[in-house]
Formats: sequence, structure tokens, C-alpha cells
Amino acid sequence: MKRVFKTLLITCIAMMLAVPAMAANTIKIGFNIPLTGDIPKVGESSKLSAEMLKADINGAGGLDVGGKKYMLDFIYEDNEAKAESAVTTALKLIEKDEVLAMIGPNSSKQAVPAGEVANDNSVVMISPWSTNPDTTFDRPWVFRAAFLDPFQGPVAVNFAVETFGAKTAAVLYDLSNDYSKGLAEIFKNVFEKKMGPGTVLAFESHGTKDQDFSAQLTKIIATKPDFIFVPDNYNQVALIVPQARQLGYKGQFMGSDAWGSSELMTLCGDACKGLYFSTHYAAAGATGATKKFIDRYTAKYGETPDDVAALTWDATRVVLQGIQNAGKLTGKLKKDRKAIRKGMQEITSFAGITGNMKFDDQGDPIKCAVVVQISQTGQFEFRKSVCP
Amino acid sequence: MLESFLQNVINALQWGSFYALIALGYTLVYGVLTLINFAHGDVFMVGAYIAFFISTFFLTTLGLPGWVALALCIPLTMILTSLVGVTLERIAYRPLRKKGAHRLYVVITALMCGLILEHANLAILGASRKAFPPLIEVQVYNIGGVTFTNLKIAVIVTAFLVFLFLQWVVTRTRVGMAMRAISYDNFAVPLMGIPLDQIIVVTFILGSGFAGLAGLLFAMSYPVLEPYMGALIGWKAFIAAVVGGIGDIRGAFLGGFLLGAVEIMVVAFFPSTFRDLISFTVLLAILTWKPTGLFGIAKTTKI
Repeated sequence: MKRVFKTLLITCIAMMLAVPAMAANTIKIGFNIPLTGDIPKVGESSKLSAEMLKADINGAGGLDVGGKKYMLDFIYEDNEAKAESAVTTALKLIEKDEVLAMIGPNSSKQAVPAGEVANDNSVVMISPWSTNPDTTFDRPWVFRAAFLDPFQGPVAVNFAVETFGAKTAAVLYDLSNDYSKGLAEIFKNVFEKKMGPGTVLAFESHGTKDQDFSAQLTKIIATKPDFIFVPDNYNQVALIVPQARQLGYKGQFMGSDAWGSSELMTLCGDACKGLYFSTHYAAAGATGATKKFIDRYTAKYGETPDDVAALTWDATRVVLQGIQNAGKLTGKLKKDRKAIRKGMQEITSFAGITGNMKFDDQGDPIKCAVVVQISQTGQFEFRKSVCP
Repeated sequence: MLESFLQNVINALQWGSFYALIALGYTLVYGVLTLINFAHGDVFMVGAYIAFFISTFFLTTLGLPGWVALALCIPLTMILTSLVGVTLERIAYRPLRKKGAHRLYVVITALMCGLILEHANLAILGASRKAFPPLIEVQVYNIGGVTFTNLKIAVIVTAFLVFLFLQWVVTRTRVGMAMRAISYDNFAVPLMGIPLDQIIVVTFILGSGFAGLAGLLFAMSYPVLEPYMGALIGWKAFIAAVVGGIGDIRGAFLGGFLLGAVEIMVVAFFPSTFRDLISFTVLLAILTWKPTGLFGIAKTTKI
């Protein structure tokens, strides 16, 4: 009896010792993404893309850091697409889950406040999709994989002026969304600088939860603009465009990268066909590594990866590159996080599937934007590429 | 200028119709039970989802034409949604009432029921939005620069018909008389042989049934469904009912259109960034001037 007890005790102790030893060979990365709330498709795409990358690397035996193989452990936390939840989610990932780095939040509305948390707690954060300059501004620990709104705004302006021959414009944006408001203001400045003061005929806003836009649209249509710029999330676009058509508007729309969800066409239907928006990459007509990624993703999940999926892929790979650049992991959280930040800053150029990027000293990539048109079959077709 | 004003009148009528339809449900239940049924906005959301499932079933599984699907969808949605409302009353409100719980606890229960409906939906159907299938071909008409669609006209006409029907039920029928009697004195009236529980069930059937109808029309007008779609519009419809004078059918109806008109007209004549600020200031001013709402009667509690 005594011997049995002894053996059991030894086994127990051995197991207790073995578990942390095993844990030391994993790299924990947190994902701060919207799995519910206003833009659930954005979170889902991020997760699917990350799962594919994890399966690739763990399937090949793990990530090689300084000659040692590490398995990846991705923790997905829901930020409900709310700014305040993004902050608590970031704190949970940093303090409770003790992640080495954090991917996300995606939307600027959540990425701007969560970036503050990551920076204060000295944890590397990279936002795949956030385009508002404030996310990374003066925050050495925060990076991103997307281009910035001060770059996207002029792209939209120039494209509309050249393609539509537009002389006037109107803007409808979401007042409570940092992304939408920031981009709308940049667009107005750039357009009026180019076409003369007062050429943005109407500059109207709405709330995030609004479903009726008839008053704003009536006001916009009465000014007879050449086109309407709508820097809104895909779920609102699916309501705004049909409502404008029902109010008798027959002109063009110009959208921004938040349109580019694979759910846009299921929600919007025929009304959105033929419209243009600026985005990070075009799935239809891609080549090389981008095409390979799209084909594998489509085969695995049965849908074309949207820009969030592609950017999450790139963002996660940038972080993994940073970890590899760190050279060696000590298992001491503070030291490793610092080493990863140094590793990230050493990345001079990165060949991503959304294009090549170079990081500037703010942690922002310098990369190209594309303008796509929604085809009659609902595909996002490449129209134009604009590089800085 | 006149064109866009008339256009906004139509916009306001359509948007106000939804507030009015939902506010009617608040006011009916309040009138009889003096209970603020905070789950009502979410019953409206459930109605929209029920309409979504019924119409997808008729359109894709059975392959019926749109107008047949719509004709079947209206009664079915109303019946199923009123079942949801009655179930809430039966399992959540009635046990508390029987135990003589204070009204405050029943209101909190109603709030929780609403949250349960929202999150049950989120857990069962997931967070991704549903696109409501088009049941009828939307025709755009243009008369003298004012555009409207057949759907908008249908929504506005329905709201008026529902109001007339409910006004008739409450003022001209025996059930309505019983409802008014219970609201006057719910202790003495059952002693006169009026079945209290049955009348309350009828009230919930009426309120939730028309919330279901509102859900169907809303889903047809704004065809993107999500679990939280009923929360904000439910709150605002409650405000509309209070401004109109809660407990009065005419009040809820007028309050709904008033709130719709204020929201639309503020955007039409002021910068849209100030919409909620100005519109709620106007409503606050109305309540300060008439604290019982437009049609409300001041009641004093006797001790």
C-alpha cells in the first residue's frame, strides 16, 4: 500500500514538473477581435485566417526561434466591437493569459484605445486592419499591417475625380466611429483642396446603431452631388445604398476599406453591384503568393478571404518574424516582450500577401492601396493600384 | 425646398410608424398592468427573426411566389410572436404578480427577459447578420420630385389601421372595457367576475402580435437583421409612449410619430451631428411642460 502511494506521489510530482516544462515550449499570442457585436464577420475572418497559419506552423513542427522549436498557442478573445470591451480584453490577454504579443483589435474604434493599454503595459500589439493614424502615433509598442487614412483619403478622391469626372461630392459617415469620422474629415479636406472650397456639398453623419438614413440622404440628394463618399462598415453600407436608391438617387458611390467584407454582398444584394471602394488587396485576379493563399483559404473554408483575413495573415506573420528576430526566448515575460519589440523594429521590409511593406519609425507600413469594383457576380474586381 | 420638406414628411411618417407600432405595445401593457414591459423591444426583434425564418421557408423551401409568402407570413408572424409575449407573461411576470411582488421587481424581470431574448438569439443563431429576403418588388414612385415606395406607403397605412383597430378594441368592445376596468382598479374588478388573467393574456397577445407585425415590416424596409436590433428602437419607442402619455392608445400613436418627426426634421434643418442632442431636448421640454405626456392624466396615489 505504501509503495503504491509513493509511486503515485512521484508520478504526480513528475507530471507537475513536466507540465510547465512543456508550456515553456509554446508561444502564446492573443487575438483581440470582434467575434460578436456590429462587425462579427471581421472577427471570424481574422480567426479563420489565424487558425490556418497556426495549423501550417504547428504542422511543420513549430516555429524555429534561435534553433529551438516552439508550438504556437493562439488565444481568441471577443471585444464585441466596443471600445471599452477592447480595453478589458487587452488587459485580460496581457495580464491573465500572459501573451507574448497581441494581434488586433481590427477596427480603429477599438484599436485606438487598446493601443494605449498595450503601450502602457509594454506589450507588442499589431492591428491588422486599423487605418486611423492615432492607433500607432507616439506608441513605440504598437504596429499595424494596414495603410493609413491620410493615404487612403487621397486615393479615393483622385480615383473619383478621374473615373467619375466628379466636381462635387457628398459624405455620409458614422459619427461614433473613429475610423469613419477620421476618414470622412480627411476626404473632405483633400477634396476641397483639389476641387475648390465648398465642393463637398453635404457632410452628414449618423449613429452606429441607426437603421434609417432617409433624412440624411434626402438632404444629400437635394444638393445633387456627383457622387457620395461612404466610409462606413459593410453592415451600414448594406442599408445606406438601397435606401438612397429608394429615394431616387441614381449616381455613384465611393467606399472605403471597411466595405470589403465577404458578407457585404449577402446583405446588400443587387444594389451594391457596380460600386467602387478603396481597399488593401483584390482577391479576384491575384497572382503569386497571394493567389496561393486565396486558393488554400477558399478550399478550406468555402469562401474568398476578405481583406481582414489577408491582413491578419500578414500581421501574425510579422509578429512571428519579430519573435524569430528576437533570437531566443528566455521564458521571462518582460524580457521576451522587449526582445520581440526590438525584433519587430529590425524588420526593414516584409513580403506580405497584401503587398510588400516597409515599416516607418511610427510602426506604420508603407504599402500600396487598390481600388476595386463590385462586379455583377459580386466579386471585388481590381481596377487600379496606387502606391505612395 | 418644399420638395425636400415633403420628402422628409414621408420619411418621418415611415420612421414614426415603427415607433408608433412598438409604442402601442408598451402602452397597452402599461395601461392594464402599470408594468413597463422592457422586453417589448426584444419581442419586436424576435418578431423580425420569426418573419425571416417563415419567409425564407416559404420562398426557398416551398418556392412560393413573394406575395403568397407575404400573405402567409403576416398572420403566422403575428401568432408566433404573440406566443412569445404570452410565454414571457406566463413564466416571468405572472408568478411574481401572484406572489404580490412590488412593481419594481417585475420591471427588472422584464429587463432581464429582454436580455435573455437577445443573448439566446446570439448564442443560437450567432452574431452574423441575416439578410431578409425581398418579399415584394419595391417600386419607386416620383411625384413632383417627392419619391416614395409602395413599401413605405404600406408601412404608414398599416400603422394607421393598427391604431384604429386598437382604439376600437379598447373603447368599443367588452374586452376593452374589461382592460380599462382592470387598469382602474385591479383589486375590485376581479370580484365582479371579470377574469383578470385572461384579460392580461389578451393584452399581451395584442401588444406582442403587433410588435411581430412591426418586426416583419421593419425587416422588409431595413433588411439587415441582428440580435440587438430591437434594443435601441425599443427604448426610443418607450420614450415615445411616455411623451404621448403612457397608458393611452392615442398618446402612444401620436408620440411615435412625434419622435419620428422630430428625429427626421432635426437632421433636415440642423447638422446631423446634433440629431440626438436636439431631439431629446425637445422631448424633455415637452415632458417639463406636461409631465404626464400629451394625453396622460395625473393620478394621485392614495395611502
